Amino acid sequence: MSRAGTQTFIYDRPPVIAAHASIAGPKEGQGPLAEWFDAVLEDDLLGQKSWELAEMEMVRRCVQRALNDGHIEDSAVQAMLGGDLNNQIIASSFAARALGAPFIGLYGACSTFVQALVLGSALISGGFLDNAVCCASSHFCTAERQFRFPLELGTQRPPQASWTATACGAALLEARPGAAGLRVVSGTVGRVIDLNITDANHMGAAMAPAVFDCIAAHLSDTGRSARDYDLIATGDLGWIGRDLLLELFSAAEIDLPADRLVDCGASLFFREQDAHAGGSGCGCVASVSCGWLMKRMERGEFRRMLLAGSGAMLSPTSSQQGQSVPGIAYAVCIEGGE
Amino acid sequence: MSRQPYTPDEYRELVSRLTPPSRMLRGYWRAFWVGGTICCLGQALTLWAEQLNLGEITAPMFTTSALVFLGTTLTGIGVYDVIGKYAGAGSAIPVTGFANSMAAPAIEFQREGPITGVGARLFTLAGPVLAYGISASVAVGVVYWLVKGWVL
Repeated sequence: MSRAGTQTFIYDRPPVIAAHASIAGPKEGQGPLAEWFDAVLEDDLLGQKSWELAEMEMVRRCVQRALNDGHIEDSAVQAMLGGDLNNQIIASSFAARALGAPFIGLYGACSTFVQALVLGSALISGGFLDNAVCCASSHFCTAERQFRFPLELGTQRPPQASWTATACGAALLEARPGAAGLRVVSGTVGRVIDLNITDANHMGAAMAPAVFDCIAAHLSDTGRSARDYDLIATGDLGWIGRDLLLELFSAAEIDLPADRLVDCGASLFFREQDAHAGGSGCGCVASVSCGWLMKRMERGEFRRMLLAGSGAMLSPTSSQQGQSVPGIAYAVCIEGGE
Repeated sequence: MSRQPYTPDEYRELVSRLTPPSRMLRGYWRAFWVGGTICCLGQALTLWAEQLNLGEITAPMFTTSALVFLGTTLTGIGVYDVIGKYAGAGSAIPVTGFANSMAAPAIEFQREGPITGVGARLFTLAGPVLAYGISASVAVGVVYWLVKGWVL
């Protein structure tokens, strides 16, 4: 285990992504990535009594699917790392209650999944764990009541607003030296960056500088250029945020080829689906990377990916008190088998 | 470590350049015709109530009650949010919007129970309207009381 530059962990014993699972909600299941998800929910209440219970059930099913695919018993799981957007991350912790594994609850807003990968990989590479399941979820209906308005309220959204994805992703990391498969080889912990965006609807604008900072730090720490990666995937900047990120790299005179940059939020929905600036939420980057991106890597479509999750560190209280929206980002480098 | 290439002011400029604007004219038109239709409906109800000899004071109350009933019902069957998405202020400002702002949290917070859920949350959106609406009425009443001797 070693550290490179100022913010990057190099995993000397890189964990293998032994299995990954993704679940998406009904609207996400009508989007361009529908066929890549392991399951698409027909009913976003999942037969539960509340939206919160529905999200917990979604996390439980998703983690279970990853464990089944990884052929590992619940009792053999050494740690579950995850989080969500609910107050006190109840969806993840209640799902962890059902699983019974040691639980590390995380909050990085929409970047939580990548935050979990950074930490889970560090714990495995450092020899503290032999396996860990990393997960994150979001649910449109729990997030709306948490951050915005009741669902039935007749309001309009501005064009820059994003749509919280109802989705979950889970990845099972295992210490398997020499084994084939996707490996997490390095991880970068981002700084909280704030360029004084006060529009709480414009999360793409709030997060793009943090993503820029994190990716630039990763490239500088590892001595690489963006062209060393076949794909750079950002979390949920959306269509506008992706353009802003490209502008930031261009202005900083750091090469970031637009054709290698995809944004999970900008990929989750068709523009006609009325998701405005694109998808967001912890489940966005989690489900899109566990579904679409990792599956394509396993098919050999690309070999090395930098996955940078982005989060807006606001709360309803900070917004109401007129504070700006700080952003955060975490990045992991995932490589395919040789 | 790379520094941010933009200062906050420059970045705000960039953000506003790359963010598509709301379509204001279309929004005004939709708000106008939907809001106007709701108001015409209210006027029609008042005229009908007067024909029923409900009286000058009772007729507007009948209209308000009927529109609140309509707004609440449309919220309950999941239609009002669709109208609101289309019409914006056109459906938020009339009293049907007030009904929507009370019915929506009432539906949303049922799971938290009748006291801490529906009871406590019922006025989260309508509360400011009531607080400032009633305060403004009191202020206007005081002014009226003070000047009525001279004016009337």
